[in-house]
Amino acid sequence: MNPAAFYPTATDYLRFLPELILTIGGVLLLVLEALTGDNKDKSSLGYLAIAVVLGAMFAVPVALANPGTSFNGMIVSDGFAAFFRMVTLLVGLFTLLCSTSYLSREKANTGEFYLLVLFSLAGQGIMAASNELIMVFLGLEIASISSYVLAGFLRDDKRGSEAALKYFLLGSFATAFLLYGISWIYGVTGATNLVAIRESLAAGTSGNSMAVAAAALMLIGLAFKVSAAPFQAWAPDVYQGAPAPVSGFLSAGPKAAAFAIFLRIFQTSFESFSSRYEPVLWILALATMLVGNFSALWQSNVKRMLAYSSIAHAGYVLVAVTTNSNVGTAAAMFYLAAYALMNFGAFAAVTHLAGRGESHVTIDDLKGLASKQPVVAGLLTVCLLSLTGVPLTAGFFGKFYIFKAAIDNHLYWLSALGLLNSAIAAYYYLRILAAMYMHEPKTTDHPEPVPGGIQLTMWFSAAGILTLGVFPGLVLDYANRFATFVK
Amino acid sequence: MLEGYLPLFVFLVLCIAFPLAALLVGKALRPSVFAPAKLESYECGIEAVGGARGRYSVRFYLVAILFVIFDVETVFLFPWAVRYKQLGWFGVAEALVFLGILVVGYVWAYKKGALEWV
Amino acid sequence: MQLWLIPIFPLLGAALNGFTGRRTSQGIQSAIAVGSVLLSFLWVLNILLNSMPAPGAEIRESYFTWISSGNFSLSVDLVVDRLTAVMLLVVTGIGTLIHIYATSYMSHEGGFYRFFTYLNLFMFFMLVLVMSGNFLLLFVGWEGVGLCSYLLIGFYFLKKSASDAGKKAFIVNRIGDFGVLLAMLLLINTFGSLDFKTIADKVKTMPVELSAGILTAICLLLLLGAAGKSAQIPLYTWLPDAMEGPTPVSALIHAATMVTAGVYLCCRASALFEHAPIAQDTVAYIGLATAFFAATIGLVQNDIKKVYAYSTVSQLGFMFLAVGSGAYAAAIFHVVTHAFFKALLFLGSGSVIHALEGEQDMRHMGGLRGKLPITFFTLLMGALAIAGFPFFSGWYSKEAILSAAHAHSPWMFWVAALTAMMTAFYVFRTIWLTFFGEYKGHAHPHESPAAMWIPLAVLAVLSVVGGFLFNVPHFLEGVLPAHAHGHDMTLEIIGSSAGLLGIALSYLFYVASPGLADSFAESFSGLYNLVYNKYFVDEVYDAAVVHPLERTSRGFLWKFLDQNVIDEGMVHGASSGALGLGSLLRLLQGGVVRNYATWVVLGAVFIFSAFSLLGGAR
Repeated sequence: MNPAAFYPTATDYLRFLPELILTIGGVLLLVLEALTGDNKDKSSLGYLAIAVVLGAMFAVPVALANPGTSFNGMIVSDGFAAFFRMVTLLVGLFTLLCSTSYLSREKANTGEFYLLVLFSLAGQGIMAASNELIMVFLGLEIASISSYVLAGFLRDDKRGSEAALKYFLLGSFATAFLLYGISWIYGVTGATNLVAIRESLAAGTSGNSMAVAAAALMLIGLAFKVSAAPFQAWAPDVYQGAPAPVSGFLSAGPKAAAFAIFLRIFQTSFESFSSRYEPVLWILALATMLVGNFSALWQSNVKRMLAYSSIAHAGYVLVAVTTNSNVGTAAAMFYLAAYALMNFGAFAAVTHLAGRGESHVTIDDLKGLASKQPVVAGLLTVCLLSLTGVPLTAGFFGKFYIFKAAIDNHLYWLSALGLLNSAIAAYYYLRILAAMYMHEPKTTDHPEPVPGGIQLTMWFSAAGILTLGVFPGLVLDYANRFATFVK
Repeated sequence: MLEGYLPLFVFLVLCIAFPLAALLVGKALRPSVFAPAKLESYECGIEAVGGARGRYSVRFYLVAILFVIFDVETVFLFPWAVRYKQLGWFGVAEALVFLGILVVGYVWAYKKGALEWV
Repeated sequence: MQLWLIPIFPLLGAALNGFTGRRTSQGIQSAIAVGSVLLSFLWVLNILLNSMPAPGAEIRESYFTWISSGNFSLSVDLVVDRLTAVMLLVVTGIGTLIHIYATSYMSHEGGFYRFFTYLNLFMFFMLVLVMSGNFLLLFVGWEGVGLCSYLLIGFYFLKKSASDAGKKAFIVNRIGDFGVLLAMLLLINTFGSLDFKTIADKVKTMPVELSAGILTAICLLLLLGAAGKSAQIPLYTWLPDAMEGPTPVSALIHAATMVTAGVYLCCRASALFEHAPIAQDTVAYIGLATAFFAATIGLVQNDIKKVYAYSTVSQLGFMFLAVGSGAYAAAIFHVVTHAFFKALLFLGSGSVIHALEGEQDMRHMGGLRGKLPITFFTLLMGALAIAGFPFFSGWYSKEAILSAAHAHSPWMFWVAALTAMMTAFYVFRTIWLTFFGEYKGHAHPHESPAAMWIPLAVLAVLSVVGGFLFNVPHFLEGVLPAHAHGHDMTLEIIGSSAGLLGIALSYLFYVASPGLADSFAESFSGLYNLVYNKYFVDEVYDAAVVHPLERTSRGFLWKFLDQNVIDEGMVHGASSGALGLGSLLRLLQGGVVRNYATWVVLGAVFIFSAFSLLGGAR
């Protein structure tokens, strides 16, 4: 075979441009970090990283303008990929904006943080755009390994180190399932390309029972990554222990990317097994919502509560995945975008309010916030109302479209139970609101000024939430257009 | 399709069977005397002192993991070397990119003092 | 035509003042507030002068699809037809005048910028309300003006009566809103659309057998909403209390614009009402009853603003009477002229109150004619207009309504004429008591500044010539359904003389022989007390609705359901259950990685078995 046929063309690179920019930017930052002295202020590297992410964001439409597969079908540039690239990049941007002030507050003057975020973003971008299982695995690992380090970035913080170790051990455990599933499916079908797998499964029936096992293995690995019950146990510990901006990052970005590959793999390759995995997803979705919401009810630590709430939200998205339909996919896409805004907005507020050493993260610490820092309280309120699903916020339309998709696909019980769950969820979000607005402040000390990056993040997410709450069509129309996969 | 994996399966069976067989054969052959000296870790060496979980410098670990990274590098270069002629300049460029990223990592590790032994 | 600019100016004004008001001076705040409304007014003029829609035509701008769900879709449309044009001119024109007035009136009050933020926000919602192309967007404006009304009534929120009045207004309006919501659901169900034009077109082709029942239901529900917003029986009680708000608010929201939204809604839905005669008759009865009863209450009130408040309720009743008689154009005509003279009356009373340092009781006024000449003169013009003095603005619209009522059923005409006489009586009673006789108070009255009397003067001119100048019914020909009935000279003379008789009677009672009113009140003390206490409607509502609700909520919902069932049974039950669940979850979440891994394995086993047990490949 002539190897020249495998040479990538310029278009191939254009379709991969966002990840290229992130990788090159990350490597560049690595050099700069090494060359600047240890005692220098490293926050300028953070601004550079922000520039890189912005560059990657501009590259997303470039990639979208050249739809198709590249590198012999390993990467695909389509609207679905562009959507998730954009969501993860947005989360990355928020993370970077919040972390410069965070790192200087925690006296962690190192630039590696920023480039790890960039590498993780590159991994997530690859996940969003991967068209075959090796790329899925590579993207997942690039994203995960960076995340493991980020979770334990504050080396002197015991909780952070514990979080990182747990995340790493359980993450590798779950990745092993995924990898095992990938190798098994390769054994059965001789292919790693998603479309090729589908065709192979449709053509022959000999190895199908083994392919089912492979699908089950991959489902386990992916369920872990999206923190679906019963694979959710790592999430609360990791989100609580990790630095607050990282918790926000982990709960929104990698999760969205994991859902992207979840949707793509199961709807492209394993559609013929839908009668098997739909009931399983049904149970996983319900269990995830229940575990997330009920555990969150009794948390007094806001970070931990948000961690459980993020599990619950994964449950809602799983409802959309369970429908196994285009409307469901679109609903999941919309929800993940809305969720990225509202969840990160909340984590940004927590990042600021936690104070040095993250010592003020209980609900009691938020008492009387509305009178002490009305702007922060107001913006946090918007995020919390959206997480609750109050009308005129993005969260409302997110839930609306998910449950509408579920009802359209005759998942009546799941929708009813899901709605019940979101009613339960209102309780713990309202607890925070009540603490902020209906209690006197515990202390009278003067509040610290909100750092610019965090302020920007909160304003942006609040504005996004309200915009999507009034004009959901802005995102939903796009999602509807690109919710179909090449088959 | 699956028949192609038969040798692999045979290999797997052999892998499990061999250590089992070795253990069983050993148990059948050796005399079973339970004297205190027999239960020592090293029957004829110096006496073992302290626990096995002693601490040692993290730098061993650092050096070891750096070694592994650069060792694995060759594994990736090997297929390129095999198809060197067919891949031509494109292959050279790709290999250089790969090596370049590794060099950046090396520079970083060096600057951070990972290779210094205080 | 960039219709969206019209509502956006006040919104920007509200945002600017809301965000920067804490740091800017009153001058800048006034400039922003007045300027934004003025810009809207000018833009309205620009649009209407350049491309006035022909009768039956409309300028429609569709901005984006708001809701798209199945085969129901709704876009955000702004529409200007002739009906909207009239409303736009009234809202922005009167709005500008009242904003100017308020910059002076409110200058000594705390929360200056807060006041104008709310007021501008109100303008935004009101403009959305009248420009909307469909029911849902109208409802957004509808709710928005309700919110602003609540905020502004309770503007002096430290005063308990003010915040209570705000709450009352909000809650009573919610009852009406409920009707509008239900009506919208029925509309979607019946027509599959909420667009005014689509619905109007579909109604025309709808067979009568199908339409009668459902349309009656829809119209009655809409009427419930309109009655709430426009203070009609049985939901009028909030409006008199709403006078707790600052006087410019009373003038703008509770006289000229917001309260006429109900009338506007009925006219917008005129195509529906035309096909639901039962509902239409109900509108007429409610309007007439409200007009009459509110007028009788107005006869005996001593608080000048209360008199005007009941007068507003009564005049709104006239408008509903017109709607119910099928004279939609006359109703809108009365909306316009009423906006002129009632805004004038309120602003004038505000000027009096301002001059007397907050005194509102007419028994402590009198003889102010010389001290407040401009206020007196302008108020007199307003009083003549509302009394239906020939060729003043109110005369034209009231005559139109009276003759429509006669065409509907003659007895209604007689009741309405009697009401018109009472109207003239009570409004001139306020003039006599305030400006004639001896001054009975202790303040040092002084004429108001120019920013206050110039709007008064403009409104006075409009009150005098507005009816003659703006022939609204002619302008709206072909826009709203109309029933032809000729001019009847006799009716006009009877109507006019009713007003004149009212003026003469009140002169007799309060100027010619001042003791007459009191001796009258004494000899009919039972009736007087009944009317003075507003027929005890508030008390009846309290006893029949509020207290039972309170008792139920206290005794049943709170003590029993909340404390026993929910707190003890569900919450504490749930919490003790959650303790059990918690210990289970503790097993799950012990922080030990090994256990977590065990869960992963158990989950894996579950997924494996489920996959193999569940059905084969599809």
